[in-house]
Amino acid sequence: MTDNNKPYIRVENLKKYFHTKHGMLHAVDDVSFHIEKGETLGLVGESGCGKSTLGRCLIRLLESTAGSVFLQNESGDSYTDLTKVSASVMKDLRRRVQIVFQDPYSCLNPRLSVWELIAEPLIVNRVFSNTQDMRRRILELMSTVGLAERLENSYPHELDGGRRQRIGIARSLALNPEFIVLDEPVSALDVCIQAQILNLLNELQREFHYTYVFISHNLSVVKHVSDRIAVMYLGQIVELSGYKELFIKPLHPYTQALLSAIPVAKLDVQKERIILEGDVPSPIEPPDACRFMGRCQYCQDICRSRTPELKEIEPGHYVACHFAGEVGL
Amino acid sequence: MEQANRNERDLLLDIRDLTIQYRTDNGVVHAVGGLNLQLGRGESLGLVGETGAGKTTTALGIMGLIPSPPGVVTSGQIFFEGEDLLTKSETEMRDVRGGKIAMIFQDPMTSLNPVMTVDRQIAEMIRLHRNVSDAESLTLAGDMLELVGIRRERMHDYPHQFSGGMKQRVVIAIALACDPGLLIADEPTTALDVTIQAQVLELMKRLKIQFNASMILITHDLGIVADICDKVAIMYAGRVVEYADKRALYTHPLHPYTIGLFNSVPDLDEDREELAVIPGLMPDPMDLPTGCTFHPRCEMAVEDCAKLRPEMAELEPGHFVACPVRARMLGAAQGR
Repeated sequence: MTDNNKPYIRVENLKKYFHTKHGMLHAVDDVSFHIEKGETLGLVGESGCGKSTLGRCLIRLLESTAGSVFLQNESGDSYTDLTKVSASVMKDLRRRVQIVFQDPYSCLNPRLSVWELIAEPLIVNRVFSNTQDMRRRILELMSTVGLAERLENSYPHELDGGRRQRIGIARSLALNPEFIVLDEPVSALDVCIQAQILNLLNELQREFHYTYVFISHNLSVVKHVSDRIAVMYLGQIVELSGYKELFIKPLHPYTQALLSAIPVAKLDVQKERIILEGDVPSPIEPPDACRFMGRCQYCQDICRSRTPELKEIEPGHYVACHFAGEVGL
Repeated sequence: MEQANRNERDLLLDIRDLTIQYRTDNGVVHAVGGLNLQLGRGESLGLVGETGAGKTTTALGIMGLIPSPPGVVTSGQIFFEGEDLLTKSETEMRDVRGGKIAMIFQDPMTSLNPVMTVDRQIAEMIRLHRNVSDAESLTLAGDMLELVGIRRERMHDYPHQFSGGMKQRVVIAIALACDPGLLIADEPTTALDVTIQAQVLELMKRLKIQFNASMILITHDLGIVADICDKVAIMYAGRVVEYADKRALYTHPLHPYTIGLFNSVPDLDEDREELAVIPGLMPDPMDLPTGCTFHPRCEMAVEDCAKLRPEMAELEPGHFVACPVRARMLGAAQGR
């Protein structure tokens, strides 16, 4: 891990709003955090909480409304703000930042073969001048992600979900990136295949020292892969801490409810289940108040009138709650 | 022994040797092959397996809803309350569906009619099975909505005005409207978020007791089964490979596939670098392996596994496993 003052990525006051006919939708609303080199930051939350939007803003697949994403330069002493650089600079930077998408059924062009799909990023970035070298690299990538060589001329529809996801991973690795956003990479897969892909991602990180942001709604999966976990609710990070602390001592009432709602494949687990009332409120023009107030059993007057800031309650454990450390424990 | 058990248990549903195929242009898909399954009155059974294991096809088979063509029930019997559903006419089945056996489908977004208010959708079910007037059926629909936790004022709303969790509540209200003896829920919470899933599961648990219904819960999530079922059946490639009380199955699973399934779920209480994986993939249902369908992926497989199709055997009281290798191991251990 690097020096705390010089993290690998610094996200500052990042916002992403969308215009809708009902008003401004606050998909990502003022989030700040950092990512260390070589770590896996888990990003969890329910559908619509803005985790995928945040993931895309991090690597500028979406233009942010405000705020910055500082990426450490290769020399390690200066930063580049990804949200501000020109398109041509960004194109070069894309070699370093990559993404793996959720749905291995829709993120691959059905008319390209496995070989062509993996070649695409190499061709676009003019990495190789001759086909032999490129072919060698493609076969190497295929073996890295565990795709048999005989599949090189297959098309996505001939392959199962796990293999398709392996193609997606091979494509993102093709340019030797440093930072990869994994957007629900195993959600569309069965548990057995899911376990295979999780092990693969783990091995790759150990071998090539990638930095991951792992987005998922499945807390068991996130806990398995992450070093630190950020919990999102309605566009904001409500809690961020090391993965162990988060599960042993969740401090935000939403995290507590979320953790208690996970069905565990074991008997006799004594668990007080917190059942939240109602649904996630609308992210359109939210009031200046705690986003969780309507569903929180500890809600007080102050929660209805001011948005709580993400504060460091214990070393490395950040919580956005006016009563953090006082409630529910 | 098995026969005696059946009689003692007051069986509501007894499926014997059910085989369902889909005959397509490319070949025959063996979706369900020789499936045996029993469900007692008031029990809830978790039917667990991966995509393509034949869980949904089994459910559709019970409901008489196998799309035909290409689907064909080639053999077997499905006894429900003592009568074989497969011999019933389409008219008779219409009374069974919704009235005696109701089904909740996975995706509430697609199982509701988007251009019909929710009270009318519930009332439709009530009118089909009970002799009541229009007005009465709508009042009953309102009662059902309140029962599943939706305010009566919202009964004239359309499905798109509800959130995913609320829509699934409406679907549950429709399913329970005629007080069915058996409820089949096909992945009822897979499309929902965890906190909403917790709400819906809590509701289903409460209503199951209130209506005294039996339930088959189809899921791939062993956590949900631990939460609400009494019995568990693990399916693999169209057959049940292990069937037991929840307690027996969770404390000492016996079939190698069940053990692999448990090991591939990340554990919340434990730190493990590596997840144990079952090597390989589910077999192609058009080209199933001979003998035990799991043998190519099984670490315990012996030569015989490729030749003989394993039958279910009761290795411990109430604990059925389709694996002769495990049976021999257990027998040897007990003999000592």
